[in-house]
Amino acid sequence: MTQSGDGGADKSEGLKLCRRRFLASVAVLAIPGAPALARSYSGIKPPFFPFGADPPRPINPAGWYFLKPNEVAMVEAIVDRFIPADHLSPGGKDAGCAVFIDRQLAGSYGASSRLYMKGPFMPGLATQGYQGELTPAGRYRLGLARLSDYIRAHYAGKEFAALSHAQQDDVLAGLESGKIELKLVPGFSARAFFELMLQNTMEGFFADPLYGGNRGMVAWKMIGFPGARYDYRDYVEKHNQPYPHGPVSIYGEHG
Amino acid sequence: MAKLLPRKDVVIMGLGWTGSILGQELTAAGLDVLAIERGPWRDTANDFNIGYMPDELRYAIRKDLFLKPADEAMTMRNNVSQTALPMRDYGSFLPGAGVGGAGVHWNGQCWRYDPSDFIAKSHLTQRYGARKIAELQLQDWGVTFDEIEHCYDRYEYLCGTSGKAGVIKGQVQQGGNPFEGSRSREYPNPPLKRPYCASLFEEAARNLGLHPFPTPAANLSRPYVNPLGVAMGECTYCGYCERFGCANYSKSTPQTTILPVLIRKRNFEVRTECEVMKINLHPDGKTAKSVTYLDEKGVECEQPGDLILLCGYGLMNVRMLFLSGIGKPYDPKTGQGTLGRNYCYQTGGGGATLYFDDKRFNPFMGAGALISSAHDFNGDNFDHAHLDFVGGASISSGQTNGRPISGRPTPPGTPRWGSQWKAATAATYGHVMSIGGSGSSYAIRGNYLDLDPTYTDRHGRPLLRITFDFPDNDIRMQNWVGAQVEKIARSLNPKILTTGKASKGWNAVPYQSTHNTGGAVMGADPKTSVVNRYLQSWDVSNLFVLGASAFPQNAAVNPTGTVCALAYWAAEAIRDRYIKSPGALVPA
Repeated sequence: MTQSGDGGADKSEGLKLCRRRFLASVAVLAIPGAPALARSYSGIKPPFFPFGADPPRPINPAGWYFLKPNEVAMVEAIVDRFIPADHLSPGGKDAGCAVFIDRQLAGSYGASSRLYMKGPFMPGLATQGYQGELTPAGRYRLGLARLSDYIRAHYAGKEFAALSHAQQDDVLAGLESGKIELKLVPGFSARAFFELMLQNTMEGFFADPLYGGNRGMVAWKMIGFPGARYDYRDYVEKHNQPYPHGPVSIYGEHG
Repeated sequence: MAKLLPRKDVVIMGLGWTGSILGQELTAAGLDVLAIERGPWRDTANDFNIGYMPDELRYAIRKDLFLKPADEAMTMRNNVSQTALPMRDYGSFLPGAGVGGAGVHWNGQCWRYDPSDFIAKSHLTQRYGARKIAELQLQDWGVTFDEIEHCYDRYEYLCGTSGKAGVIKGQVQQGGNPFEGSRSREYPNPPLKRPYCASLFEEAARNLGLHPFPTPAANLSRPYVNPLGVAMGECTYCGYCERFGCANYSKSTPQTTILPVLIRKRNFEVRTECEVMKINLHPDGKTAKSVTYLDEKGVECEQPGDLILLCGYGLMNVRMLFLSGIGKPYDPKTGQGTLGRNYCYQTGGGGATLYFDDKRFNPFMGAGALISSAHDFNGDNFDHAHLDFVGGASISSGQTNGRPISGRPTPPGTPRWGSQWKAATAATYGHVMSIGGSGSSYAIRGNYLDLDPTYTDRHGRPLLRITFDFPDNDIRMQNWVGAQVEKIARSLNPKILTTGKASKGWNAVPYQSTHNTGGAVMGADPKTSVVNRYLQSWDVSNLFVLGASAFPQNAAVNPTGTVCALAYWAAEAIRDRYIKSPGALVPA
């Protein structure tokens, strides 16, 4: 990996290097006379295996995988109000937050694939966390549809993206405070939908760019976070001094 | 019919810290050891690759290395009047999964408990009288600090722990924790470098008459070769420690300290992606015969073993005992029974957040245990005679990370989105430090573990049910310590200071700590404990139950050091006594 950020080496080269290093370690184990690995049962994954690494694949920025065109317009407008373009950074849309949300909803996160999803689904206490049956993908589909209904009913048939910035902010503030209720399902309130969208937008803005958001590491530059740098030994004890280097990303962008 | 497999001397369930320690010790004693692990194999080169480990979304937010609730969830409620519901995602605590277990993604805060913690009931009764602790269900551990001091020492030298001793052979040392139990020697490595926030905290605490010291860290301050011959590297303060595997071989984990040796032994085998269903007993009900597990293809296998070691995460050990029908379930109405008794946690709240204009902390330079602490208000290090609680907290400040998805504070009153939020975030990031208190958690009759009557796992077995709320004693303690934290914070003259309060209503959603203890506690009396002082089951003599499930109540600091010291303690008892003469090591 291009940790130093100054070589600009191709990322795939970095991964090859990792694999080469890794194969070398396997080769050491294979020397005749070296102690054999203990596992002896068939069907057991060997503890060390070549090409086993599972690097993340950067998203393809083209097209939409989950959101439908009318949903894209809404989500792009919403992330642009959560993170408006100004002198500090581009807006949420240009930073890629809508693309990030789309790819997350199209994948494991959107499907709740790692969560406990067995019934019965019963209303819970706040201390018990989300107890609804809808996955994040399901919550977006329903939430965006009902939000669209609400806006058309209250703003003369317009869509969210067609409202003024002030009107959009009013709607979002109404969702956040609970003043606006949407016809959703038990256990999933308009407020919860707002929190989900805000959380995912911030995830996209501040995550590594490989997931589609934080394009050009704009969020990291805005706050001074160095990203995927991995060695601060020379700086920890330089108290109350700025860190002199810009961020790097997992796939080797540096700024 | 289950496929019957050839017997092994020792069958270990779970290959995390305790499974690795027991595996190493018992293979060294010549036994043929098999570990059965539910999750996948994990090693540094493949799974904690430096090329892509610094990924907050994947590891910290989407929790890629943790136990999936889809594989095993638990239900929770605050008291028996509520209906427990499943934690559909883990939040308050995050159990590990796979080889290395939670030892992969811990912070590396490598503590010993205080001598008085092991004799909490008798010590507090003697000092303050029985009435002082009447609302609590405190118990002694059945083992003392001095008995296991050499086990702590072995674990610290295995890990290469970085720290400064406070008391060596009874002599107080400058710069260490003067309240600690006397230790036999210095830490193997010096303390980590000190970040700005910790140095400010230390100065402020010292000015108030307290005794701050560097938190003992299983993050290495320099290269190290441990007694097993395993080499480790120097910590680079990368800020991707807790929730992550260490790509630098500088956080002490089973992978970086034991497994490179253990996995090469001919008398050791691990079978991964194999989930134990239950422990099977002989017809007499007094000894275990085998364990039944599903292999990676779902084939049911029966694995006989002479000695069975339950080495999962504490909560899972308790569930396995329930599922196997071993031990008498605890009844919170009567206080009778042992299995599920004295479930405790870690008390939080009462921390302070300090905002400055003129101080720059570079929070992204962090390590899991890059912290300074003061133990003046920990345990029974201060007089409780005129206070309305027992127990205490470790006060600390440090920096573990500056990862921005979850860590980007703004001053109180700032909107959570929009231009004002952006401006405040950009102006505030890196200018904030915090001082916190990690508090003891003491047992009460109503906090316990059992099986859920409604919810089941993917195999149809009942989930574990947690019934827990913070005891009133612990809330009073934490808020009293919180007031001391506030004094320290105020003395640093922050531009803005916010403080929190501990409160009732344990919430399963926000992360607090993965320090769940009890449920299969150790002790001297089989009426109030599941295992004896060697972690041997009172009911089934060839079964040992490792882990924090053995803690009768929880002390204020992180449990891993004590979990692993007890693992060495149990391993010694097995090696020196049990092997020669199998049977109960303590008469019931």
